[in-house]
Amino acid sequence: METEPIDLELAGTCVNTLGNAIGMPQLCDAWFANQIFWLLVALAAIYLILTRVALPRVGAVLAERSGTISNDLAAAEDLRRQAADAERSYEQALADARAEGQRISDEARATIRADLDAAIAEADEKIAARTAESEAQIAEIRDNATVSVAEVARDVTGDIVTALGGRPDQAAIDTAVDARVKGN
Amino acid sequence: METGIEMAEEVHTEGALDAHAGGPDHGESGLSFHPMDQFIVRPIFGENGDPVHWYTVTNATVWMAVAVLCVLGLFVLGTRGRAIVPGRIQSVAELAYGFVYKMVEDVTGRDAVKFFPYIFTLFLFILFANMLALIPMSFSTTSHIAVTAVLALAVFLTVTIVGFVKNGAAFLGLFWVSSAPLLLRPVLAVIELVSYFVRPVSHSIRLAGNILAGHAVLKVFAAFAAVTVIAPVSVVAISAIYALEVLVAFIQAYVFTILTCVYLKDALHPSH
Repeated sequence: METEPIDLELAGTCVNTLGNAIGMPQLCDAWFANQIFWLLVALAAIYLILTRVALPRVGAVLAERSGTISNDLAAAEDLRRQAADAERSYEQALADARAEGQRISDEARATIRADLDAAIAEADEKIAARTAESEAQIAEIRDNATVSVAEVARDVTGDIVTALGGRPDQAAIDTAVDARVKGN
Repeated sequence: METGIEMAEEVHTEGALDAHAGGPDHGESGLSFHPMDQFIVRPIFGENGDPVHWYTVTNATVWMAVAVLCVLGLFVLGTRGRAIVPGRIQSVAELAYGFVYKMVEDVTGRDAVKFFPYIFTLFLFILFANMLALIPMSFSTTSHIAVTAVLALAVFLTVTIVGFVKNGAAFLGLFWVSSAPLLLRPVLAVIELVSYFVRPVSHSIRLAGNILAGHAVLKVFAAFAAVTVIAPVSVVAISAIYALEVLVAFIQAYVFTILTCVYLKDALHPSH
C-alpha cells in the first residue's frame, strides 16, 4: 500500500516505475538545469585549457616549425648560391684555360706556318735553281746533239755523194744539211 | 502545465499497465524496445530514482568530464614535448588546430581570429561528445536539446551582440537587402528576420536530432539482435549504422562549427 506513492514519486514524469523512459528524455524539463549547468562547466574548462595552455603551445610550436623551415630554406638557398658561384668560377677558369690553350696553339701554328713557309720558299728556290741548271744542261746537250747530228749528216752526205761517184762539194752539203736540220 | 502533468500521468499509467501485462512476454520473446532509455539522465551516486538537481553529478556530468579529459589529454599531454617534428598525438592536435583555424580564417575572415578559441572550444566539445557517445553504454550528451540549445543560443547571442557592437545600427542592414528592388525589400526583410531568429533552432535541433536519431536506430537494431532469426541481419545493420554514425559524429561537429563561422561572418561583415 505504501510502496505505490513512493514508486510514483521516484518515477516522476520522465521515467516510469520500471525505469523506462516516458516519451523523449530530451523533453524532460526536470533534467534541463543539470545538463545546462554541467555543460557550462565543461565548456569553461575546455575554454580555459585551450586559452591558457593548449593554443599558445600549439601556436608556438607551429610558428617555431615554420621559422625552422624558413631558416633551413634560407640556408639551402645560401648553399645553392655558393654552389652556383663555385660553378661560375669553375666555368670561368675552364674558359680561361681554353682561351690560353687556343692562344698557345695558334702561336705554335703560326710559328710552324712561318717555318714551313720559309722552308717551302727555300725549297722552291732550290728547285728553281736546279731546274734552271738542268734546263741549261739539257739545252747544251740538245745543242751538242744538233751539232753532232749535223756533222754526222754532213759526213754521211759526203760519203754517200762519194759512194755515188760524185765529188762532194762541202759548201753545198753544209747548206743542205743545215736547211734540213733546221727544218726539223 | 496541468494538461502536461495529466498527459504524463496517463502515459505513465499506460506504461505501467503495459509492463504488467507484457512483463512475462518480454522475458520470453527477448524483444524489448526501449530505444530512448539510453538518453535518461541518472544520478551517478545514490539510488536510481533520486531527484536530479542542477548540481547533481549525473551520467551527463561524467561524459562531459570525459570529453574535457580527452581535450586535456590531446592538447596538454599530447603536446607536452613541443616537438618540432611532431609525434602521433601532437600531429592530431596540430591537425585539429590547423583545421579549425583555417576554417575560421577562410569562412569568417582574418579579423575573426580572435574568436578562434571560442569556436575551437565548441568544435572540440561537440566532436568529443559525439565520438564518446558512440562508446557502448555511454551517454550521448549532444543528443539532448538542452545541451545543443545552450550551444546554439550562445552562438546566437554572441553573433547578435558582436554584430551590434561592431556595426551599431548598421547591423540591421543585414535584413535590408539593398541589392533587391525597393518593393521587394520589406518582404525580404521579414523573411531575413524570421530566418535569423530560426537560426538557433535549426542550429541546435540539427545536431541533437542527428545524434538522437542515430543512437535510437542503433538501439532498435540492437533489440532485434535478440531474435535468433534476424540477429545476423541486425548485427550487420548495427555495424553499418555505427560506421555511418562515426561519420555523422564528425560531420555534425564540422557543420555546427562552420555554421558558427558563417553566422559570425554576418556579425563582422553584415553587407550582403
